[in-house]
Amino acid sequence: MSKSKKGRLAGLEKRKAIAGYLFISPFILGFLIFMVRPFFHSLYMSFCEVQLGPAKFDLVWKGLYQYNWAFRVDPEFGRLLGSEMLRMFVYSFAIIVFSFFIALILNQKFKGRALVRTIFFLPVILSSGVMLGIESNNELISSIMASVDNYQTGPDITKALQEILRTTGVGVRAFETVFEVINNIYDVALASGMQIIIFLSGLQTIPRSMYEAAEIEGSTAWESLWKITFPSISGLFLVNWVYTVVDFCMRSDNEVIDKIKTIMGRLNYGASSAMSWAYFLCIAAYLALSTFIISKRVYYYD
Amino acid sequence: MTKSKEARQDFWERNRKSGGYLLRKRITKVGLSICRFLLLFGLCFLILQPLLSKISVSFMAEKDLYDPTVNIIPAHFTLSNYGVAKEIMGYWKAFRNSMVISLTISILQIAVCTLVGYGFARFKFPFKKFWFACVMLIIVIPPQVISNSLFINFRFFDIFGIIRAVTGKPLNLQGSVIPYYLMSAGCMGLKNGLYIYMIRQFFRNIPVDTEEAAYVDGCGMFKTFRKIMLPEATPIITSCFLFAFVWQWTDGFYSDMFLGTTPLVSTSLARVVDGISAYIQRITGIKTTVSVAYSDAILSAGTLMIVVPVLLIYLFAQRKFVESISSSGIKM
Repeated sequence: MSKSKKGRLAGLEKRKAIAGYLFISPFILGFLIFMVRPFFHSLYMSFCEVQLGPAKFDLVWKGLYQYNWAFRVDPEFGRLLGSEMLRMFVYSFAIIVFSFFIALILNQKFKGRALVRTIFFLPVILSSGVMLGIESNNELISSIMASVDNYQTGPDITKALQEILRTTGVGVRAFETVFEVINNIYDVALASGMQIIIFLSGLQTIPRSMYEAAEIEGSTAWESLWKITFPSISGLFLVNWVYTVVDFCMRSDNEVIDKIKTIMGRLNYGASSAMSWAYFLCIAAYLALSTFIISKRVYYYD
Repeated sequence: MTKSKEARQDFWERNRKSGGYLLRKRITKVGLSICRFLLLFGLCFLILQPLLSKISVSFMAEKDLYDPTVNIIPAHFTLSNYGVAKEIMGYWKAFRNSMVISLTISILQIAVCTLVGYGFARFKFPFKKFWFACVMLIIVIPPQVISNSLFINFRFFDIFGIIRAVTGKPLNLQGSVIPYYLMSAGCMGLKNGLYIYMIRQFFRNIPVDTEEAAYVDGCGMFKTFRKIMLPEATPIITSCFLFAFVWQWTDGFYSDMFLGTTPLVSTSLARVVDGISAYIQRITGIKTTVSVAYSDAILSAGTLMIVVPVLLIYLFAQRKFVESISSSGIKM
């Protein structure tokens, strides 16, 4: 603002700056004490052996020992990390596509829209926290599903379609992934409540007149989707992508987190720090890379 | 009657004039809405089905669970599952604790987040961009990364060695609620970065004029905030509060880590399945293994008991939840 008067701001501005700092001071304090410090402390811990005493704990420098242990001694960790990252990629992609699609439908006018919206946002509440973990290991349902699958010998369109696609022999792995996502569409639907709201709020800001003008000019709905809708809300893809990935890390059915918790429960804090740091670095690299790729394609209209 | 007949005739007339275009358009429209209905109906059913099946299972007596002819409607209607689930979870105690903790925590979090969000939205100060980037950072960094260090630091809690000097040993805050309150006061609770972000977006959309008028009339910074800006922001604050409450209610991660010894509904639910056999052994004195079906019925009852309060809040304040996101106009 007043760059000419470097260092000494004029009366009101200075007071405003001080007031601003006062307003955000809780955040700064909390950030330094409960974020920055533990952040580096846990980084340090991951290079150490943590020895617990009755009234204190000691950190003994061990170098890369804990990382070595996590990846090469522990039988599961490397495998879990790999499968979890792959799952994260597939699911975040599916969630984004699904929520965009649903938001497009919910943005149209039809009877009972309010009810449908209520139901679709229900997972924001229902699938949070502990509910999800309980949902996913519902043994009775899965055993019933298995027995139903066994008894069902009649014609099954989905299965037949899957068989046909499998026998084409092209990109079988990719098809398998798609089938897996389709079979777990319930998980996808549950995880995409918030993303649908965000997309919907973006869709509602696009002026109707824009579509009308396009229609008069002879553009089809399909063309308007790509030329109007997509560019207008492309920024939200980035927001939703980040939200989805972060949300995925917080899920209670995350196997890597379970593993870290188990190790932590054995009071092996050094190893658990190393594991959480390895996990964090993977996610950070993944987020940075994907955000970079997406933000290249985001269209900023202002 | 005649009117609809006329309308129909009119329609065919117009259709003939347009060369069949009108009819084709009408058919596509109807076809599309039928497809949409089927799709949405299926997806809604998909989302609701687990809830519905939980409701039906939770009212079944144990023999219904093994009876293949009993599918949805219980043949022997019973409330005993709820009784058992209540006993195992210690429901009312956990409910009270959860209520108190969720309420106080979410009020504290939203109060602090409102202050911070306002500070970010309305003031210019050096390094503002940097601090806001830090807010983004706390949204993105999964709390699992720092949980180790937080855990061990609260286990041996000390402020610059003061407590050690006074009492001879550091304070053990593990299992106590104090650390979580401290963290909430510093905006480091569950999803607090998101609340700051949403509140800031909302404040940014309020025109500056009102505020400046207040300054001109000699109103102080904090008074302006309290008297003028806060009433404006009631919608976003209520909805953030609702989010905070509901997410705190069902949260397992923070509750598990910091509030491990305080019985809460969310943590007690996770222990229900393990608790059943111990409970039966305590009552009958016989060591038994509980069948999957029965433990599932109990679990369903327990889940419903936890979900229902939240569900009621959601149904009453549904508009608030959805509108908060729309009104904050999330952009990047």
